[in-house]
Amino acid sequence: MNVNQQTPMASPYGQPQPGYGQPSYATLGGGYPDPYGPYNGPSTAYQPGAPPQAPRPSSQPLISNTYLAAAPPSYTQAPPPVSAAPSQPPPPSEPAAPQPYYGGHPALQQQQPFPSSAPLQSQPFPLSAPYSGPPPSSQPQTPPVSQQQSFPPGPPSQQPFPNSASLPGPPPVSYADPHPTQQPFPPRGPPPTSQTGSFPPTSSPPAQYLGPQPPSQPGPPPYLSGPPPRGPMPPSSMSQQQANHLPPGSMQQPPQPGMQGGYPPQQNGECTWLPTSLLSQASELPAVQKSRHRIDPDAIPSPIQVIEDDRANKSSEPFTTGVRGQAPPLVTTTFQVKDQGNASPRFIRCTAYNMPCTADMAKQSQVPLAAVIKPLATLPPDECPPYMVDHGEGGPIRCNRCKAYMCPYMQFIEGGRRFQCGFCSCVTEVPPHYFQHLDHTGKRVDCYDRPELSLGSYEFVATVDYCKNNKLPQPPSFVFFIDVSYNAVKSGMVNIVCQELKTLLDYLPRENPEVDSAVRVGFVTYNKVLHFYNVKSSLAQPQMMVVSDVSDMFLPLLDGFLVNVNDSRMVIESLLDQIPEMFADTRETETVFGPVIQAGLEALKAADCAGKLFVFHSSLPIAEAPGKLKNREDKKLVGTDKEKALFQPQSGFYSNLSKECVAQGCCVDLFLFPNQYIDVATLAVVPVSTGGSVYKYTYFQAETDRERFLNDLRRDVQKPMGFDAVMRVRTSTGIRATDFFGSFFMSNTTDVELAGLDCDKTVTVEFRHDDKLSEETGALMQCAVLYTSCSGQRRLRVHNMAVNCCSQLADLYRNCETDTIISFFSKYAYRSILNTPTKTVRDTLVNQCAQILACYRKNCASPSSAGQLILPECMKLLPVYLNCVLKSDVLLPGADVSLDDRAYLRQLVSCMDVSESHVFFYPRLLPLVKLDGGSLPMAVRNSEERLSKGGVYILETGLHLFLWVGANAQQELLSNIFGTPTFSQIDPNMTNLPDLDNPFSKRLREIIDSFRSQRSRYMKLMVVKQEDKTELIFKHFLCEDKSASGGASYVDFLCHMHKEIRQLLS
Amino acid sequence: MATYQEFIQQNEDRDGVRFSWNLWPSSRLEATRLVVPVSCLFTPLKERPDLPPVQYEPVLCSRANCKAVLNPLCQVDFRAKIWACNFCFQRNPFPPSYAGISDVNQPAELMPQFSTIEYIVQRGPPTPLIFLYVVDTCLEEEDLQALRESLQMSLSLLPPNALVGLITFGRMVQVHELSCEGIAKSYVFRGTKELSAKQIQEMLGLMKPAASGPQGRPVAPQDPSATCRFLQPVHKVDMNLTDLLGELQRDPWPVPQGKRPLRSTGIAMSIAVGLLEGTYPNTGARVMLFTGGPPTQGPGMVVGDELKTPIRSWHDITKDNARHLKKATKYYEALASRAAVNGHSIDIYACALDQTGLLEMKCLSNLTGGHISMGDSFNTSLFKQTFQRVFSKDYNGDFRMAFGGTLEVKTSRELKVSGAIGPCVSLNAKGPCVSENELGVGGTTQWKICGLSPSTTLALYFEVVNQHNAPIPQGGRGAIQFVTQYQHSNTQKRIRVTTIARNWADAQSQIQHIESSFDQEASAVIMARLGVFRAESEDGPDVLRWLDRQLIRLFMFHLRRSPFLQVFNNSPDECSYYRHHFVRQDLTQSLIMIQPILYSYSFHGPPEPVLLDSGSILPDRILLMDTFFQLVIYHGETIAQWRKAGYQEQPEYENFKHLLVAPLDDAQEILQNRFPMPRYIDTEHGGSQARFLLSKVNPSQTHNNLYAWGQETGAPILTDDVSLQVFMDHLKKLAVSSAA
Repeated sequence: MNVNQQTPMASPYGQPQPGYGQPSYATLGGGYPDPYGPYNGPSTAYQPGAPPQAPRPSSQPLISNTYLAAAPPSYTQAPPPVSAAPSQPPPPSEPAAPQPYYGGHPALQQQQPFPSSAPLQSQPFPLSAPYSGPPPSSQPQTPPVSQQQSFPPGPPSQQPFPNSASLPGPPPVSYADPHPTQQPFPPRGPPPTSQTGSFPPTSSPPAQYLGPQPPSQPGPPPYLSGPPPRGPMPPSSMSQQQANHLPPGSMQQPPQPGMQGGYPPQQNGECTWLPTSLLSQASELPAVQKSRHRIDPDAIPSPIQVIEDDRANKSSEPFTTGVRGQAPPLVTTTFQVKDQGNASPRFIRCTAYNMPCTADMAKQSQVPLAAVIKPLATLPPDECPPYMVDHGEGGPIRCNRCKAYMCPYMQFIEGGRRFQCGFCSCVTEVPPHYFQHLDHTGKRVDCYDRPELSLGSYEFVATVDYCKNNKLPQPPSFVFFIDVSYNAVKSGMVNIVCQELKTLLDYLPRENPEVDSAVRVGFVTYNKVLHFYNVKSSLAQPQMMVVSDVSDMFLPLLDGFLVNVNDSRMVIESLLDQIPEMFADTRETETVFGPVIQAGLEALKAADCAGKLFVFHSSLPIAEAPGKLKNREDKKLVGTDKEKALFQPQSGFYSNLSKECVAQGCCVDLFLFPNQYIDVATLAVVPVSTGGSVYKYTYFQAETDRERFLNDLRRDVQKPMGFDAVMRVRTSTGIRATDFFGSFFMSNTTDVELAGLDCDKTVTVEFRHDDKLSEETGALMQCAVLYTSCSGQRRLRVHNMAVNCCSQLADLYRNCETDTIISFFSKYAYRSILNTPTKTVRDTLVNQCAQILACYRKNCASPSSAGQLILPECMKLLPVYLNCVLKSDVLLPGADVSLDDRAYLRQLVSCMDVSESHVFFYPRLLPLVKLDGGSLPMAVRNSEERLSKGGVYILETGLHLFLWVGANAQQELLSNIFGTPTFSQIDPNMTNLPDLDNPFSKRLREIIDSFRSQRSRYMKLMVVKQEDKTELIFKHFLCEDKSASGGASYVDFLCHMHKEIRQLLS
Repeated sequence: MATYQEFIQQNEDRDGVRFSWNLWPSSRLEATRLVVPVSCLFTPLKERPDLPPVQYEPVLCSRANCKAVLNPLCQVDFRAKIWACNFCFQRNPFPPSYAGISDVNQPAELMPQFSTIEYIVQRGPPTPLIFLYVVDTCLEEEDLQALRESLQMSLSLLPPNALVGLITFGRMVQVHELSCEGIAKSYVFRGTKELSAKQIQEMLGLMKPAASGPQGRPVAPQDPSATCRFLQPVHKVDMNLTDLLGELQRDPWPVPQGKRPLRSTGIAMSIAVGLLEGTYPNTGARVMLFTGGPPTQGPGMVVGDELKTPIRSWHDITKDNARHLKKATKYYEALASRAAVNGHSIDIYACALDQTGLLEMKCLSNLTGGHISMGDSFNTSLFKQTFQRVFSKDYNGDFRMAFGGTLEVKTSRELKVSGAIGPCVSLNAKGPCVSENELGVGGTTQWKICGLSPSTTLALYFEVVNQHNAPIPQGGRGAIQFVTQYQHSNTQKRIRVTTIARNWADAQSQIQHIESSFDQEASAVIMARLGVFRAESEDGPDVLRWLDRQLIRLFMFHLRRSPFLQVFNNSPDECSYYRHHFVRQDLTQSLIMIQPILYSYSFHGPPEPVLLDSGSILPDRILLMDTFFQLVIYHGETIAQWRKAGYQEQPEYENFKHLLVAPLDDAQEILQNRFPMPRYIDTEHGGSQARFLLSKVNPSQTHNNLYAWGQETGAPILTDDVSLQVFMDHLKKLAVSSAA
């Protein structure tokens, strides 16, 4: 029951739905003041499926209503001005008509028409489909007939285009360099993903496809460049091909009138193809290499270009979620979301928004079907947090059979007396208290008054049936475990933690800022024994209780261990003052770890509550105790088949322990301060299984690392989170959630158990077919998370997501999201290294990627020379990103990367959301030139070639932040930033820029602050001077370059990928 | 010539010895016929204000298996500077320091009045006394408060240099570190897990794992700083400790309805023992356990925490229904012997209305010379006074306690040692004078007595081994030497040597003499101890039967009725408590225990002792009964009425007031000296507490012999027990019957 189907006619675009907006749902939960307001969107939205109506007219629907309409229009088309963006009436969803657009459609925005049919035909323009007239799948076809026709014919087809071209003023022609003729084609180049109607013409630089630079290469399109000499193909031929395919070069295409409406905000484009012509024949590596230098790096797909285009096109209009199968803007784009029945992309992102109908297709394409879910994601202030719904004593209303929760996909029948489940089709009685009449469209009259009937994300108040032991939960507790062994004390960690806690305890999470937090706290210090503290409010002084029997841990006290901060403030402060003193002269170097977790677990058990343990730990736990570890770091094993063992825990002890923790709802956050091998692989087992986080501060020094640590700690303590959570993903018949990635524990195959779930954690779910899906109903998923809030309330958060299904591969390729695919691949690969040699994992990745692309080439792209590399438009960055994954420290470690670092990154990536994994693998590199104005300078590609000696750059990975200073940087620039005009006087050890009173410095610091605030972990600033020793570290992150550890450069890898594809095709 | 009475008294005063026979039958056969063996009550540290210790080492017989100490009974050749050992007849030269010895210049140990002599010797550095408090925190707030105060008060009584330590327990066991400033620090152990001494020491950080000594050798105490964390000189930590005790909280773990609090007494004691074992082996130390209930978890548990399961009674024990009894007893015995090996003594102060598991735990004190005190609450003067009295001082200002004693007994050839009964453990020292017949703790010539007080008294049993056909020459004397080495409370090491001798007598020719040398009181106590000893180890009825057989001639009517043998109406704990004291008190006190003393106060004359008989209970009398454990003042019916009417307040009846006060004064005097403090009861005719008196008196009048009813001759006792008269009649019958 998808949204789409029903209410076919539903709202006309323009009409505002009555009642929709007004209802103010009071927030049940109470905390949030926000009215439901934001919610009002045009209800109709869903109907994309609706029959195509006005085909292409540019008519713009009212702004208000269209979700579809409105949004779509904008992005795509070039028609620049907003106004232009008319919403196009969505074309009929079902595309029946094959559209041949492949050919030269403008890839980008173009929605993909339904490829199925015509794919081949379109060949002429393999590249981007110029425009598929019809909106992307989501908005099915309405392709004007004309278009279709046009395509088939091939190049000439452009006719349609012409129009388009004409519209937008600037025909990018120029870029297209070679073939002016083609211009007519809509350029596909720039992925006009953005929703915004305004398409700055300029933006659409054709850059993507190869060299945009017209000048340089006149004749053959850049892509081809390499080969000419050896290239078997005569240049001319190439050119022709290009001509066909490439038109792309032409960038922006004017929006085609027709298309506009249709394009959903997806970036889909069609295929981009790259002319890596070069190697066409040259399959041999050497050849590749040789040829490499001839390939103009600007001629290959540029991530920066894609990001910029998406940002330009999609950031101005809110993204409405009502349209099924519509890909959201990229994670790098700032946009607003309106929930109209599907979960916001901030909660769920999918690899594909158009899933293949059958398992065969899925297997053939090799495109992973997965969703990256961040159930408790924090929303920007202008978006409303999920509403709270209370269905009374009976608890949330659910399908009788599959137990799916009430959601917009439930179809009410029999006058509202029953509803049919969209997931399993079972019919369930509506409880009397929930009964409501239906309107003439079959919708409940109160549909828009109830979040669970109209929104993608909302929360239920859980009843006692949803609680452990049928007892309402207690508020959670936080327990702090501070390592006080020699190393920990010496590094200053103990002192810092104790000082910080004194103030931090006032910021424990709470739902209502007016009220004190309900979270209770406890304190333990430890080395090879544990010291518990009694901080009962009635005591004059805290009492320390030492437990040395670590072999069989127990809780030595009950009363006075977990206390309310305000009640015991004096005692706690006294304790935190005394801890550093007490252990200042310690000579104990050994530590335990297992008993520490056990102690926390016992404490929570005794208090009968869930909670979080904060463990500050400094060294490998070698003291005699359960969970004792030995140093097994052996560099010689790296790269061998035995390497995988190093990523596995040393013993099963911690796995067993984490099971117990999960059962109790005991989440563990681990802060590590190692000076040497500490075996992150083993120590992280508990945090990873309990939904906790691991933070690592190698060679921690109080002066330089204090700020990073404290910011991480503050954030970690304060962040909103749920406890004792269980997540379940239900899907409609035909697919099934089969695999899960992230920080959690699973005791069966369906329930994801999370002792703790914070706002930064994601769970990645892979789906597989177990039956056929139907194009009509699409694929539905519902992610329900049952958790205890920080005030001790039991709740259910529900996210619903519907995607389209397709029977044509081309649809799939047009509705993918590369960032999400990469995120999935990285998680998959990082998990695989536990059991498979690293090299095999890398090969598998390359292979799968090659298969994806080859499948596209084979089934969707127009025939062309084997030497031509053709990439789907929305996957054209797959190679560059994949290369970054392959080169990452985990999969291809350099000599200086420790095993701990790899294990650390491995677990870190497993619960990253898409935006974090994106910047992690492809860091953001900004030139610091003009910083005036509110916008950021445009990023440059991660390559040394792009760095100017006279410039200063900032690079951000989500974990690291570098400020690279060119040797010849202008004095004025240096003065503005560092307060000294001399390059040599810059202190490379600074971790914060001096606070200078000039606009540039202020702005720069603002930028740095904003970067930091966007990431879940604080990034320490590192100043890197060109030619300095530290530059090596920096260069490590220039991921388009060849890496010191042997990773290929982008160009080389692209050649390699091409070779792989060709092998598959041949 | 003194009477035997005087002789006995004189011997007791000088040497602290009382023999059952003061003439010894000269052959084994005759000795056995006497039924009561040659035996004595010996008080090793009997207070002798007139005995100045000498400051040199004793001179020992050079024979390896003798090593008897030079004594007044030895023959000395002053010219040759040689002395003959009176036990093995070895001739020994005097050491060089005795060069000046002569007829007129004799060392003290040769003078007859020094049959008991005390040497102060130098053995290693003096070690301070150690007091380790082991405190139960599962108490009612009121009790805990009283206990806190008592403990705080006791700090002021300890010698300033004494080391003090604190362990508290409830569900967990906490060992408190005393040297820390600011945060009060303690080590916590779970109450259910048994740990070896080594583990305990490791966990307390008392030794470095790497430094553990070679097999079998206990690891030497480590650097003092480590040990001192738990045992600190009182003068350094009394402020800290006072605060700590003041903040002592009740055990915080919730006790669900219908449950007993979880009390880890077993583990607490094992940690206390382990702690001392690791830090101060062979040093005088006193572990003082204060408990308010039975151990309910872990090793040594006596009863489960379910209130619906009552603690074992005699009935359960008889039926073999006491689940934990054997295991717990075994556990505590093992602990006790560990403590005994290291010379540490253990006191138990148990205050609760119900039983506290003394039956199981008694060996902790019995084997280590510790005290047991039993009361209803810590908030009673009974406990407070008793506890305070532990720290009483003697005429020199020293504590009346000594530690780590060993008693060695040497006998002349005609005698062998059968055993000892008292607060001691065998050291398993075999020697020529060990008898094969064991009475009490036998098979050794040496016993360890970890805690001694001036009144600690052992019963020692001997066997005459001389054969009938090897007559002892006329005038031959048997000799016994007692050598007691101990640590004085002022930390000096001392050796006290008592040598005594008695004449042999031929039982056939001199039976009259032997008879007259019989010490009835001593014998009664000695045999009673034997009975108690048996009662402890055998079944009750069997012991009674044995006693009847043995004692039929001894008229021990009251003993038979005493709680020492008769468990009826006494809980297992009470019996343990009574027996504990019985086997260590001196003769006088023991006699009181066997046959309580009854004084009568009336207008008819001065206070007088009266028969312990129901006939003594008259309306116009005030009775004062001392059973050792209880002190009962009983006002007769008339007196009680007068008192109620308030006559004593009126000036004209001042004599009545005096009469009322008199027994109180006497009781006060007893109360002041008695240890442990007796239960003090002030009651009157018809009062519920009068039962204490009624249960003790001889039931000469009962509801069965109504002929006395209505006469002014006393009060009837409602009992089925036979009266002394009946008992005697029966006894006489038996005695003259041939079967005897």
